[in-house]
Amino acid sequence: MMDLLRNFIIFPVTEILFPSSIQPYAVLTLETLAKIIAIIIPVMITVLYLTFAERKVIGYIQARIGPNRVGLFGFRLWGFGQPIADAVKLVLKEIVIPSGANKTLFIMAPILSIAPSLAAWAVIPFNDVMVLANINAGLLYILALTSLSVYGIIIAGWASNSKYAFLGAMRSAAQIVAYEIAMGFALVGVLIAAGSLNLGDIIQAQNGSVFHWFWLPLLPLVGVYFISGVAETNRAPFDVAEGESEIVAGFHVEYGGLAFSVFFLAEYANMILISMLTSIMFFGGWLSPFQGIPVLGASSMFWLFAKASFFLFMFLWFRATFPRYRYDQIMRLGWKVFIPITIVWLVVAAILVVTGIPPWFD
Amino acid sequence: MLENYFPVLVFILVGLAIGVVMLALGLVLGRIMGHARADSEKQSPYECGFEAFEDARMKFDVRYYLVAILFIIFDLEIAFLFPWAVALEKIGMAGFWAMMIFLAVLVVGFIYEWRKGALEWE
Repeated sequence: MMDLLRNFIIFPVTEILFPSSIQPYAVLTLETLAKIIAIIIPVMITVLYLTFAERKVIGYIQARIGPNRVGLFGFRLWGFGQPIADAVKLVLKEIVIPSGANKTLFIMAPILSIAPSLAAWAVIPFNDVMVLANINAGLLYILALTSLSVYGIIIAGWASNSKYAFLGAMRSAAQIVAYEIAMGFALVGVLIAAGSLNLGDIIQAQNGSVFHWFWLPLLPLVGVYFISGVAETNRAPFDVAEGESEIVAGFHVEYGGLAFSVFFLAEYANMILISMLTSIMFFGGWLSPFQGIPVLGASSMFWLFAKASFFLFMFLWFRATFPRYRYDQIMRLGWKVFIPITIVWLVVAAILVVTGIPPWFD
Repeated sequence: MLENYFPVLVFILVGLAIGVVMLALGLVLGRIMGHARADSEKQSPYECGFEAFEDARMKFDVRYYLVAILFIIFDLEIAFLFPWAVALEKIGMAGFWAMMIFLAVLVVGFIYEWRKGALEWE
């Protein structure tokens, strides 16, 4: 696929457009762009249908049927056209910029929020060869970019010049920042176990069987990481940042139309990213749970997607099941429960590695 | 080595470009299709149908500051832990004990914060 594209489209076109001295660079850039599009478009489609799945799953959990009216091409298809109709509606809505807002910052905030949540996908390995940027600092890059997403939120809240947006942004920033620490400590645990920052190497280090995956030696860290991920993306039950019964929609209350959907896209892209990272770092990524059995035991990206889908389902399940936390409870969980747990388990993991406990670290 | 980072740079630029394009599209298309007519009520910040009582740039709780300061300290600790964790298998027992001393100091600081009530949110 990529070869066809390179030989029949990128080479001839760049030959015409660029002098031969810079043609290789143009080919490299265009190839990279093609790969990036091949990552972004599936992510976008997943976001679209994740919103649909969310409404359906929560609907069935609450004994409703969820959206079922908007079909595709004249067929009803259980409401399969709903996300597309939603997207079209959002595109056609006007973006109102409040009179008291800082216009530049107001427009910059959604951009600052979506850029890191998409760019983090650069280092995600889909199988042992398919990775866009096979860099040695993969996990560091992910940590850096997920930390950046707080800027979009706090700038949006400040620039809106609205009380709800401001309060939502303050809460959201403090919450993200608190859970960032627990998340970072959990990542250090993975690093201790894998001995590498490269996500592909982290998966290879879990090779063996289901019991070689890091969820077993790092059991408390799995919970801490995933729950911090839920808090980090401001999802229920940690969604006081947008808590609609008190501060309407939090930091994006003044945003409408496509500006709102950019925030929405960023939030859902982050959810998918967290699910992918959980399955990569703790559940063996593309490795099959049935290693050793022919056919079923082959590692493939479908295993990665299956695991990530399960964690995405957990996000929706949480939202349908748990009542919202109070803000002081959220801060207590982050600072007083997760950080002590992770510090203790870091020491345990370090001892496991230094003494070479089998079957993981021999 | 460094050329591996080229796709990362391109991806960040593409991410920014997607944001810019979507917002530009929204501003233009929304203006045309949304029958945009500005009036002072519509442009005022949302406050449940009331006129805004006061400026939104108001005083806020100092604890948010405290959280931010604690975050900087702890995030720095994590940045120190990263290289140690990657190299742990190579540096052996000496590296292990060095980091245990560092973690002990960190835990003492953490207990101090806890006792002082810096983590309380009543």
